[in-house]
Amino acid sequence: MYRYDEIDQAVVDQRVAEFRDQTRRFLAGELSEDEFRPLRLRNGLYIQRHAPMLRIAIPYGLLDTRQLRKLGEIARKYDRGYGHFTTRQNLQLNWPQVKDVPDILAELASVQMHSIQTSGNCVRNVTADHLAGIAKDELDDPRPYCEILRQWSTLNPEFTYLPRKFKIAVTGSPEDRAASEVHDIGLHMQRDAAGNLGFKVFVGGGLGRTPIIGQVVREFLPLTDLLSYCEAILRVYNRYGRRDNIHKARIKILVKALGIEEFRKQVEAEWESSKAFATQLDMAEVERVRAFFKPHPYERLDDIDAAHGRELEFQTWYRYNTRAHKVPGYRAVFVCLKSHGSIPGDMTSEQMFAVADLADRVSFGLVRTTHNQNLLLADVKQTDLYEVWQELRRLNLAFPNIGTLTDMIACPGLDFCGLANAGTLNVAKSIQQQFDDLDYLYDLGDIEIKMSGCMNACGHHHVGHIGVLGVDKHGEEWYQITLGGSVNGFTSLGDVIGPSVRQAEVAPTIQRIVDVYRAQREDGERFIDTYRRIGLKPFKDSVYVQNSAAA
Amino acid sequence: MSRILRRRELVEDDWVTLGDAPPGDAESVIVPFAAFRENRAQWLARSGRLGVLLAPADRVEDLAPDLPRLSLVALHFTGPGEGRGYTAAKLLRHRYGFTGEIRAVGHVKQDQLYLMSRVGIDAFALAPTEKPEEALATLERFKVAYTPGAPLPGLTRERFRAARPTTGG
Repeated sequence: MYRYDEIDQAVVDQRVAEFRDQTRRFLAGELSEDEFRPLRLRNGLYIQRHAPMLRIAIPYGLLDTRQLRKLGEIARKYDRGYGHFTTRQNLQLNWPQVKDVPDILAELASVQMHSIQTSGNCVRNVTADHLAGIAKDELDDPRPYCEILRQWSTLNPEFTYLPRKFKIAVTGSPEDRAASEVHDIGLHMQRDAAGNLGFKVFVGGGLGRTPIIGQVVREFLPLTDLLSYCEAILRVYNRYGRRDNIHKARIKILVKALGIEEFRKQVEAEWESSKAFATQLDMAEVERVRAFFKPHPYERLDDIDAAHGRELEFQTWYRYNTRAHKVPGYRAVFVCLKSHGSIPGDMTSEQMFAVADLADRVSFGLVRTTHNQNLLLADVKQTDLYEVWQELRRLNLAFPNIGTLTDMIACPGLDFCGLANAGTLNVAKSIQQQFDDLDYLYDLGDIEIKMSGCMNACGHHHVGHIGVLGVDKHGEEWYQITLGGSVNGFTSLGDVIGPSVRQAEVAPTIQRIVDVYRAQREDGERFIDTYRRIGLKPFKDSVYVQNSAAA
Repeated sequence: MSRILRRRELVEDDWVTLGDAPPGDAESVIVPFAAFRENRAQWLARSGRLGVLLAPADRVEDLAPDLPRLSLVALHFTGPGEGRGYTAAKLLRHRYGFTGEIRAVGHVKQDQLYLMSRVGIDAFALAPTEKPEEALATLERFKVAYTPGAPLPGLTRERFRAARPTTGG
C-alpha cells in the first residue's frame, strides 16, 4: 500500500497544527460557530444530534493493521469503543468531544491517516473497487490513481470552496463495484485502440434528493491527463455550479441544466486553454505511486476445494463470504459487519484489534473497507480459510449473509444523525428478525436492500434493489420504498412503489415484495432481473392490497 | 485610511473604492465592474491608477481586454463558502498574465489566507475582526503543498508541477 514520504507527512502534520489552532480559537470564543463550521467540516467534524461526529478518511478503503489498531484505540480512548464504517469506505465516530479532536487527528497522523475533506463542499475521499488488485476482470489497479487524486485534491487552493461536495470513484474492472456512475466524477479504466491505458470519464452522477446517473463526458482520457482534465471539470463547476440553493448545487444539476453536449464543450475548451498552467502528471510520478501497489509476494499454489469434507456451516460461509482471487490458491474473505442483531457497519475496538492480528497472520497485514459496509481480507491462502473462519466466528464476524437480503446498507439514521428524518437501525433490526432463516435468505439469493434516513441518501436507497427512505410525516417516521435500483453492471434508479409505510410495516412490506418475486421468478432469475422483466405493477398490486390499512 | 496586507506587509491602503463622491482624476480608485462597464471609456481616460472590483459571478473573460490598463483587480468574497474568487485569481494570473495587485475583499479571514495566496492573490483587505499578525503567521505555517501555486516564504516543496512556473504573491 501507499506509504507517506516527507511531503505527505508534512501535509497532515501541518494540517493538525492548523486545526488545533482553529479549535482553540473556537473554544475561546474567537471564532463563531458560523466561522468554525466550514473549517471543522473540512476536517470531517460534524456537530450531530447527541455529540460531534468525526469522519475519518480511509483512502480507497485500504488500511494496514497498524492503522486498524489505531482506529480501535481511538474509538476506545475518545469514543465508546466502536466505530461505524460508511458506504464511502470511511469510519465514523459518534461520540468524540470537540476539544479532543486535534489530539485524535495527531494520533491519526502518527499512522499516516487523517480526516481531511471527509465533509464540507470540497473533493471528498476518492473511492475504489474493494476487489482492486485481485479481481480477475481488472484492466489495471485503480488505487494508484485514487492516491494521485487524493494528493492533488488535498488542500487544493482553487477547489476547497466548491458550490457543494464532490465525490470521485475509480474502477479498474468492467464490472463497476465502486458505484462510479453515481459519483460526481466516475473514472472507468479503459484501453484505447493502440492499447494505451486511460479513463472513460463519467460526470454528473449522484444520489441525494435528485438522483441522476452520470453521463460520459470523455470516451478516453490518457493517464497523464488525469489531473489537468479533472481541473477543467472542477473549474467549470466552481465557476458555474449554483450557489443560491443547496439542493441544486451539485455538479449533476449544472450538467443537467447545460446538457451533456454543452457541458462537454465548456470542459474541453477550458482544458485546451489551461494546458500551459495545468497541474502536470508525468509517468515517473504514476510509476512512483504504482510501485506501492505491486502484487504481494504470493506463494505458488494450486486452487483447492477448501470446503471439501468440512462441516456444512463452514461450507456455507465459504460460499457466501469468500470471493475468487486472481492468484491460484488464494481467496478474498469478507469480515461480515451485518450479523443479525448488530448495526450494519458497526465494529467494536476489540473486533478491530482481533481482525488486525488475523490480517497480520493471513493477509499480508492489510484490511479493506467495502462500499457495502463490510471489511475484506483480500489475500487469504485457501489453506488458511478454515482457521480464518473459526477466528471470525469467534468474533461474531462470520455471519454467512454476504450478498443476501440482510447484507443491507444503512446510514446511522435518526439515532445519531442531525439530518435524518427517520430511524434506520430499528428498521434494520426488524428486517433481520423478519428474515432470520438463512436457508430462506439463500433461496432469495442476491437482493440488495439500501436504506437512508433522509433524502441525502447516504444509504444509497435509490440504487438498492429494494430502497428504503425515511421520511417525516407530521413528526412521525414513515418509509418510502423503491424497487429496481442497481449500481452493479447496469446502473438504474429505483421506482417508488407507492405511498410510504409506518416503521412497523417496513419488514412485512418487504416480505410481501419478496413473496411476489418468489411467485414470479423464472429458474435462477435474480430479484433485479425479475423486476426488470415484470415491472412495478405486480409488486405494487400485492403490497397495497394487503397493506391498505397502513397506507 | 484603512490598512491592508500587501505582499506580506501591513500597509496604509492607498486606494479608494468608488463611493458616492466622484474621485479626483489622479486618485487611485477601485470601481465595481458594473459601474466600470457603464462608463468604460471615461474610466479608462483618467490619469490615476485604476482597479476593478469583481463580484463572484462576474467573468474575468469580460474584463480581459482592459487588464493591461488596470493596476489592481479586487475579488469580492461574499461569505465563508464563496469560492469563485479562487478560480478568478488563478485565471487572472495564468490565462491572462495579470501582474498587478489582486486583492481579496469582503469575508477575508486568516483561515482562508493561505489558499488565497496560493492562487495568486497578493493583497488582503482583512475583515475588521481579524488580527493582522495572526493572519500573517498563517502564511508561514505550510512548508509543503501537493499542487503548484504562488511561492510563499517557508514553503519549500510541491509534489506536482505546473506546465509553466507560477508567478505572483
